[in-house]
Amino acid sequence: MKPAMETKHLTLGYGSCTIIEDLSVKIPKGKITVLVGANGCGKSTLLRSLARLLKPKTGTVLLNGHNIAKQSTKKTARELAILPQGPVAPEGLTVFQLAKQGRYPYQSWIQHWSEEDERMVNWALEVTQMTELAHRPVDDLSGGQRQRAWIAMTLAQGTDTLLLDEPTTYLDMTHQIEILDLLYALNEREGRTIIMVLHDLNLACRYAHHMLAIQNGRVLAQGAPEQIMNEQLVESVFQLRCRIMEDPVYGTPMCIPYGQGRQMLTEKTSALGG
Amino acid sequence: MKPVTIRSKKLPISLIIYAKTLTALLVLSALCLGVLVYSVGTGEVPIPAMDVIKVLLGQGDPGNELIIYSLRMPRVLTALMVGASMAVSGALLQGMLRNPLASPDIIGITGGASVAAVACISLFSQTGKAWLPVAAFGGAVCTAFLVYVLAWKRGVSPLRLVLIGMGLHAAANGLTTLLLILSPIYTASQAMVWLTGSVYNSSWTTVGTLTVWAGTLIPAAFLLARHLNAQQLGDELAVGIGSRVQLHRFLLILISVALASAAVAAAGPIGFVGLMAPHIARMWAGPSAGGWLPVSALTGSFLVLTADLIARTAFSPLDLPAGLFTAALGAPFLLFLLLRSGSHRH
Repeated sequence: MKPAMETKHLTLGYGSCTIIEDLSVKIPKGKITVLVGANGCGKSTLLRSLARLLKPKTGTVLLNGHNIAKQSTKKTARELAILPQGPVAPEGLTVFQLAKQGRYPYQSWIQHWSEEDERMVNWALEVTQMTELAHRPVDDLSGGQRQRAWIAMTLAQGTDTLLLDEPTTYLDMTHQIEILDLLYALNEREGRTIIMVLHDLNLACRYAHHMLAIQNGRVLAQGAPEQIMNEQLVESVFQLRCRIMEDPVYGTPMCIPYGQGRQMLTEKTSALGG
Repeated sequence: MKPVTIRSKKLPISLIIYAKTLTALLVLSALCLGVLVYSVGTGEVPIPAMDVIKVLLGQGDPGNELIIYSLRMPRVLTALMVGASMAVSGALLQGMLRNPLASPDIIGITGGASVAAVACISLFSQTGKAWLPVAAFGGAVCTAFLVYVLAWKRGVSPLRLVLIGMGLHAAANGLTTLLLILSPIYTASQAMVWLTGSVYNSSWTTVGTLTVWAGTLIPAAFLLARHLNAQQLGDELAVGIGSRVQLHRFLLILISVALASAAVAAAGPIGFVGLMAPHIARMWAGPSAGGWLPVSALTGSFLVLTADLIARTAFSPLDLPAGLFTAALGAPFLLFLLLRSGSHRH
């Protein structure tokens, strides 16, 4: 099967500083792909270039086989929806108005609200369980609800591929799970390709079909979490010693970091006692 | 608050509008019309409202007709269009820059116009008057152009634009003050009046020029409403939904600059309207540009119409600049709206 997205000899950077060099990677269609890596490893830079927010210095990004730089941004917006980190809605904008923004690539000078637009917006609000809150201002909502409103906007765009940069940041545990379950269900039921950056390695292992472990601008390992997750990988990606165990709930890999933790305290007391 | 859908079955035409927005538009139109009729009837020779309406319908007394059409009407229509232009210009900037403090001042429009106009008044006091609007327009456009060029760095980012605009605005203010100090006292006081912003030099020529500018650019701004909405989400999301951010930003700035420059050329830098009318409108109609821009336009018209009415009647026979009263009028109204909404938000 053709990949949903693909990069060919991609070199990325800001100004004279190069962050990713000659990267060629394929992202499978209809799967959830999660990018993991330490802060500053280049995963956000890669995601930005997949989202056409950052122009490659050299190389190309392909979306469904077509060079993203060569097709109109409006056409791309019908195939790929993005949700950057920490988006802010204009004050007073309602959830409904926000979701409606997702229909932008389908509008014209005179066509502002077609039947298709209405159907898609209603569907997006329903899937994200925002129908009841549709006419409330986004800035009145809680963090989890707000994130669902933004996801409703990207869903209203009606694209096969969704790109999300840390969609669970700043959310409490319940809402993190709620957002990931929603994305998982979208993938499962409708076969949408989901590409995202996640910080929580354990949640990444649980929800990803395909994982890209990135270190220093290079893909160190890629594949199903069960295949690639091991102690050496975590140590080289995060510079952290850990043990990999089986998640008692779903059997996916789970990473338990060593750190110094309580040992620090035991050593201190023994030192004092001695 | 549910929106109403208007959709053609055969043609690909559709739009969506909130009852709240429609109400705001109707109320503001009625208010503007009321002030307009009252204003042209008020002055040294009072004309009752019924007679004003007769004149407007072409069946009035010739004496009244002369007073209304040759003396009062140009001034009132100028106020109406200046208000709408400033308000729409401010709304475009606030939405595009995602900054509620943005106004035509912030990208140097009024500052540049002021320098050019004061220079024109104080250096060429003989021939200066006729060229005043042209000088003001030129000064405004040049400064805005300079701000845009200096802000360009692989595209224009909102923050950079605001910072450079504020810098040039401050520099222009300094230059204006310098020119005022250096100029003889009688031209300085003339310049001060211009700097406050007034519509009492309006003629049918002013109205004609403004009609061309406002009549084309305000509808153009309405047509760009959905692009303004995209920009309000921030650059990354705007790209994400398929907007050509830099192109649309350029067009929005162009319209905003042209509108404010035309308004300043006609009436001087009338303060406050470009900043506050969009705020008042947003509290009423929300931030979605399709409703926000038209409501802003009418709010601006209403503010300047009323300010000018007060300015020329409250201290009669003194005819004061309208710019003195736009703030006095708008500020309490804005505070009222803020306090009312304060109960559940902010």
